[in-house]
Amino acid sequence: MNATIIEAINDSLTTEMERDDRVMVFGEDVAENGGVFRATEGLKERFGADRVVDTPLSEIAIVGGAVGLALYGLRPVAEIQFSGFLPPAFDQLVTHASRIRWRTRGEWSAPLVVRTPYGAGVRALEHHSESLEGAYGHVPGLKVVVPSTPHDTKGLLNAAMHDPDPVVFLEPKHIYRSVREEIPDDDYEVPIGEAAVRRVGEDVTVISWGAMMEPTLEAVAELGVDADVIDLRTISPLDRTSIVDSVKKTGRAVVVHEAARSGGWGGEIIATINDEALMYLEAPIERITGFDVPVPLLSMEDYYLPHPPRIAAGIERVLEY
Amino acid sequence: MTVVTANTGTTRAESFTVRASAETNRAALCLYARRLVSWYEIAMSNNLSRQALDLDAPWISQDTLSVEPHQIVAPDGSYDPDDVPDLTEEAFLDLYRWMLFEKRYAERMVKLQRRGELGTFGSSRGHEASIVGSGYPLQDSDWLLGMGRETMAMLQQGVSLRDMILFWRGVDDAQQFLAQENCMIGISVGGYLPLVTGIGWGMKRMDADAVVTAHFGDGATSTGASHEAINFAGVLDIPAIFYCQNNQWAISTPFEKQTNANSIAQRAIGYGVDGVRVDGNDVLAVHAAMTEARELASQGNPVIVEGLTYRRGGHSTNDDPSRYRDDEERETWIDRDPIERYERFLQSEGLWDRVDRETLLEGIDEEFDAAHEAADAYGPRDVEEIFVHLYDEMPPALEAQMASFGEFLETYPEMDEHVDRRPKG
Repeated sequence: MNATIIEAINDSLTTEMERDDRVMVFGEDVAENGGVFRATEGLKERFGADRVVDTPLSEIAIVGGAVGLALYGLRPVAEIQFSGFLPPAFDQLVTHASRIRWRTRGEWSAPLVVRTPYGAGVRALEHHSESLEGAYGHVPGLKVVVPSTPHDTKGLLNAAMHDPDPVVFLEPKHIYRSVREEIPDDDYEVPIGEAAVRRVGEDVTVISWGAMMEPTLEAVAELGVDADVIDLRTISPLDRTSIVDSVKKTGRAVVVHEAARSGGWGGEIIATINDEALMYLEAPIERITGFDVPVPLLSMEDYYLPHPPRIAAGIERVLEY
Repeated sequence: MTVVTANTGTTRAESFTVRASAETNRAALCLYARRLVSWYEIAMSNNLSRQALDLDAPWISQDTLSVEPHQIVAPDGSYDPDDVPDLTEEAFLDLYRWMLFEKRYAERMVKLQRRGELGTFGSSRGHEASIVGSGYPLQDSDWLLGMGRETMAMLQQGVSLRDMILFWRGVDDAQQFLAQENCMIGISVGGYLPLVTGIGWGMKRMDADAVVTAHFGDGATSTGASHEAINFAGVLDIPAIFYCQNNQWAISTPFEKQTNANSIAQRAIGYGVDGVRVDGNDVLAVHAAMTEARELASQGNPVIVEGLTYRRGGHSTNDDPSRYRDDEERETWIDRDPIERYERFLQSEGLWDRVDRETLLEGIDEEFDAAHEAADAYGPRDVEEIFVHLYDEMPPALEAQMASFGEFLETYPEMDEHVDRRPKG
């Protein structure tokens, strides 16, 4: 079918619920209302109220409940309405979901998916624009996925639902409906932990993910530079090989992310290059990121976001070094 | 574990009637069913001020509900024979042995810790009735997630004593063996209650003949996770029992500083579930309440059971209670000792002649000695253990860390020597 990202999510959930009776979808406003972004539209009608469940407004119990369901053999897919509301449940991810397999030496495991729309640019209120992938990526035991295309969205969400370990699935809500492409009908997988090369070039490696892929590709096109553009797709486990191979080829690198700069995932990427490709570098690595502030409210958020002019300026600095 | 048939069939039926119809004759209810704090009580209880129900003055206050804990055997050993659960003689004696076991276990474990054989240990002294009475009515298919101060309840589920020693030695494998018996110890206070709700949700979805029980302390009830977990369980009709061992101290924080509410059980009303407060030093009252709670939970009615007890020792072996509470309070609770009270009950029932306390203790000590030896013999272990089991399939970067650390250890044997010299407890 020809689908947007939000339609790809719905199609993935439908495909998987059809295939596996253990899959349950739940969260706030997901059943009767089909989700505030309509990601779960029609699922309750199709699969029933036992499998598609409206919950109380309780992020801790939604995520902790998902862990418990997984322990009992179900395949929970929890929706957190906005990633800005996930921090209360961070404890459940850190304290239980990520380590219950480790705690019980493999006796128990928590194969669950927490889906949540992340990122700025949709003109929403406070706490509706966060990008905390770096914080989740820092937690050993969690897998963290951020798709940027409809095809990857369905393939990665399918893979997340098949995965034996907990996956935080961050959805770029800014581009939920802005891109459309053909996606297969079946339960194909895009492997978790593998980056995609969106554009092949020789002069510079530009690395980004999620909603930042669009402005990054735009900046590269506007500059007309010969760039390798890597879409990380998975934050953790990080595809270090793709990054290092590309940097060894180009000798220059730029990382673009929407999250705050300090302690952001860009730091981990740069450290990886430092570990494995330092002697190939011809210029210091640039980070084009959000600032070390909360995401500003809608009237100023465009100054916070790495838009193409700021990304292009960074790429130029690296090329001209 | 031993399955007990308590004389609660009629009681259960009646208490369900209560929920179904406000016309039910309250006098027909047995004592502990009456103590259940249900919506029926809001409407019917004599303890509820009539004013509180008056629409012109729609206030409820702490005085609205009685929070006197339900008791079967009084501290002096007296009781009304009509209230005694209909257990077999063997079950009555079994409860005694389990309580003696919990007490002896705690004493032996404190000694091991003092000898440097355990990291730390949280003694259960004083909680014996609460632990044994709450664990005994559970079935093999049930799950139990606790806080580490409910050992005999876990042993009743099949956990071995060796593995409890390993747990307190910080041997990672212990929780694997607990998990094999559907048990877990949650160290982060209150944080595992949402898991309990989720497990119960799974039982409901799978239509399993099972309930899940959370054991936690009074401190846990102040966490947001506990509120969300219980409220959520109520909304989704989840077969869960939330058993609060209210031992009145969370390290140095007394119950009255934990909450301004008179009881934990009364919160049941706010969550829209059923609740009961029992004397946690009265093993028969706890047993009866948990038997009823299990029945309710298995029908999709989550329950809060609050066992009012007292932590006689420190929070753990690292804690010195003399810094924050006086001996007088402790003495009061020593007078309410759960084991001595139950001994008086057994005497009154003519069962004490069948108890040979010394022989029982010898048997318990032998069991403990065997577990201790097995714990000492556990191993050998490999440092690779810290890397495995995090993921089903180890990511390449973690594999590289493991390999690199392995090479380091081979190159620098002084690292192993250094670790060997470090304290183990």
